[in-house]
Amino acid sequence: MATKSLKARQSDLASTQNQLDYLEGGLFASGELPRFKDKLADAGLTALKPKALEILQINLGYMCNQVCAHCHVDAGPDRKEIMTRDTMEQCLKVIRTTGAHTLDLTGGAPEMNPDFRWFVTEAAKAGIQDFIVRSNLTIIRANKKYHDLPQFFAEHNIHVVSSMPHYTRGKTDRQRGDGVFDKSIQALKDLNAVGYGMPDSSLRLDLVYNPSGAFLPGDQASLELDFKQALREDFGIEFHNLFAITNLPISRFLEYLIASENYEDYMTALVEAYNPEAVKNVMCTNTLSVSWDGWLYDCDFNQMLDLKVDTPLRHITDYNEQVLQDRNIIISQHCYGCTAGSGSSCQGTVA
Amino acid sequence: MASNYYDPADLRKFGNITEWSEELGTKFFEYYNKVFEEGALSAREKSLIALAVAHVIQCPYCIDAYTKDGLQRGITKEEMMEAVHAGAAIESGATLVHGVQMMNKYNKLSM
Repeated sequence: MATKSLKARQSDLASTQNQLDYLEGGLFASGELPRFKDKLADAGLTALKPKALEILQINLGYMCNQVCAHCHVDAGPDRKEIMTRDTMEQCLKVIRTTGAHTLDLTGGAPEMNPDFRWFVTEAAKAGIQDFIVRSNLTIIRANKKYHDLPQFFAEHNIHVVSSMPHYTRGKTDRQRGDGVFDKSIQALKDLNAVGYGMPDSSLRLDLVYNPSGAFLPGDQASLELDFKQALREDFGIEFHNLFAITNLPISRFLEYLIASENYEDYMTALVEAYNPEAVKNVMCTNTLSVSWDGWLYDCDFNQMLDLKVDTPLRHITDYNEQVLQDRNIIISQHCYGCTAGSGSSCQGTVA
Repeated sequence: MASNYYDPADLRKFGNITEWSEELGTKFFEYYNKVFEEGALSAREKSLIALAVAHVIQCPYCIDAYTKDGLQRGITKEEMMEAVHAGAAIESGATLVHGVQMMNKYNKLSM
């Protein structure tokens, strides 16, 4: 498994343009598979438009303590892009006035941003209904200074959404690195200890499952039952819901698909599993993504492909919710990842 | 035309068999899909049965398809291998049980 980001390795795929070229070429250029816009056209849609904004997703930086093989952010310890307090101040201005009911903090490991706790404390005052932090779990055990994160999350009634690719050690460590499984189990126990994930607890702990390889996630409800049973019986761990998320063919997962000669089969599987019902609720229709440097995107994936929102006002300093509501969402073939089967989003299935 | 008998890319074209016999092809796929729905047996259990049978009949397409299906369902590699052994045990048992016929014939022909 690679231990550095695409960027640090100066991989061809570190270039977002190269990734986009890849997604336009191959089976899509030859016509063997239809492009995403053609699928939309089949359903009479000329463009994908936003609905009411519900979720503001802010990426606090690409620095992470892990280098997961599938990471769409290309995050890792060697990534230095993190949000400054100035940009956070700009975000807070938006948070105080937005119509969105959910604030979703992600990364990298958002907790590694030195102003993370300050930002959370300030944002919590804004009275958002659901306040999510996407934690990779191991950060809680990575260093003493992070050991009290569960208490900090609880103090601010933060909804914790954590990655857990499998309930077995082998699958987890192959995707996320050696030792990740054991550290994740300990972190889940730490979260349970302060009340997170316990039945009837208001401290919400949800897990994110994404396949550890070139296949699509199975039925979310069945997987949730399997995870609950295994984590309870083997480790006494409790959690609320499991979100099954499809890996999108960008960044390091795209690199893996190409290197393992799974790219064509994977794209075919995504296109064959295309579900028009999922299109109605894809997350870009109710979410807005903000990058570490304040640019606005339709979703976290478009952020990683550097596809900024298609409006004249594209930075947090120019934020205008009305203007953003009228935009067309930028699409390419990676969008098939969110519309396959029961659909996929940062909140799990959508259809 | 391909110069080899099995091409992994052909699995993607399985649905095309309907083009040359629409009624039978359609009925087959309806039946096929119905079989693997949740029923008295779970879809998970049926996936493991399919994987075992795929090995016994040595269908490379089916092995690819049901290994992937198992991964999607969160079936572990240990469960998959046990299913293959269940198929292999029945297959070898089917060979060995004919040993009784051999013994019967031997005894009948011998003084």
